[in-house]
Amino acid sequence: MFSWMTDYSDLVTDNWQGYADGLWITVQLMVISTVAGFLLAIPLALARVSSTPFFAWPAFAYSAAFRGTPLLVQIFLFYYGLPQFDAVRDSIFWPFLRDAVPCALVVLSFNLAAYFAEVLRGGIMAVPEGEKEAARSLGMTPALTYRRIIMPRAIGIMLPSLSNEVVQQLKGTALVSTITVLDMTGVARRLTAQSYTSEPLILAGILYIILTYLVSRLFKIFERHLNAYQIR
Amino acid sequence: MPEALRVSGIWKQFGGHEVLKGISLKACEHDVIAILGSSGSGKSTLLRCINFLEMPDAGEVSVQGELIRMSNRNGYHPEDPKQLQRIRQKLSMVFQQFNLWSHMTVLQNIIEAPIHVLKIDRKTAIARAEKVLDRVGLLDKCHNYPSQLSGGQQQRVAIARALAMEPAVMLFDEPTSALDPELVGEVLKVMQSLATEGRTMLVVTHEMSFARDVASRIIFLHQGLVEEEGTPDEIFGAPKSPRLQQFLTRFDRH
Repeated sequence: MFSWMTDYSDLVTDNWQGYADGLWITVQLMVISTVAGFLLAIPLALARVSSTPFFAWPAFAYSAAFRGTPLLVQIFLFYYGLPQFDAVRDSIFWPFLRDAVPCALVVLSFNLAAYFAEVLRGGIMAVPEGEKEAARSLGMTPALTYRRIIMPRAIGIMLPSLSNEVVQQLKGTALVSTITVLDMTGVARRLTAQSYTSEPLILAGILYIILTYLVSRLFKIFERHLNAYQIR
Repeated sequence: MPEALRVSGIWKQFGGHEVLKGISLKACEHDVIAILGSSGSGKSTLLRCINFLEMPDAGEVSVQGELIRMSNRNGYHPEDPKQLQRIRQKLSMVFQQFNLWSHMTVLQNIIEAPIHVLKIDRKTAIARAEKVLDRVGLLDKCHNYPSQLSGGQQQRVAIARALAMEPAVMLFDEPTSALDPELVGEVLKVMQSLATEGRTMLVVTHEMSFARDVASRIIFLHQGLVEEEGTPDEIFGAPKSPRLQQFLTRFDRH
């Protein structure tokens, strides 16, 4: 009756090393691409809200390209498509892009940056006009106003949406298993192929749920800290 | 008295509608000028044109004798953003909606511009902030966030924030219009004490008793023009223009 339980405990005891490695890769992909994506999103969002078409248009095009195409297609294009260009193979980035994991990281970061930039743009536009005017009226430069007033306010406003994007991104990382990366999904797929059972995939699913929960908790803590001013 | 602020020939139109049609005024040090007028007379727009939150279509502003240089290339605007930023430091504005930075505590709101714009050191800025907060009677709220304060308290913090810049002229844009009636008094009291202290103030307001009792001069705007100008006694005692007379009778009834 409890045979399914022994199945799972065997699965874990026999393969815990593989799962641990896969989990580690998945966490790295998520954390690094989130940080890189966020840093990239700041200039992108600033360009998006710029009144100068010279800045606004490329940022818009970037966003349209990365949000308008499937992440899977982007991963294939970067991993299988880029090496067809001699310029890429001769470039200093090649030793880096040649490997599946760094390549996946680059795609995930670029992709997430596009989504983050849109969210951040919304946050910037949601900062009350009056608070910006107060800054200007006291002689603050536009750069100082962005650094001290608009950005901190915008990040506070967008944090709940940001957490949503990171949760999405966590699930997005599973796609890198298609380009030979042994992330959590990659490990589970390999075990499934060996055993002809679906338990390895179910176990991976459970681990994804736990990770998702941890990410949301973490963002809740951020929110409470950053948005302290909203709590009466 | 030396001149604190001079505004000459301010024009402003919004989509073909002329809101200001060449307004000039002068404030000497210690002057408290109340700007009256019915809604739509352009009084808020005038105040916002003085520190260029709104870009006038023509006209000039000088503060303490320094003219803000204007340029006509790609639309009328101040020629040198640095000069504008420097002069804005001398023109602290108090807004109808307070406009405190909601992610900062009361103290942080007040030391922000002195530290980052005036470049004074943090210690001095905090000492100065405590002085102005005490001045508006809110020293005990310095670690609260704006959302934890009443409207009247928020406006007093906004006044303290403006004061901490040690401005040459303070601009008040209907500072009590967004407040519940019972909170108006505490803000007017602070403004009155600033006037007594000799601050140069330009106040757009609907508070007739404040204009009558505190202002040294009153300017009545009508349809984008200065319709009448004078001391409170002249304006309230013997209004010449029929429009001003009509405007005043509307308030007498209250």
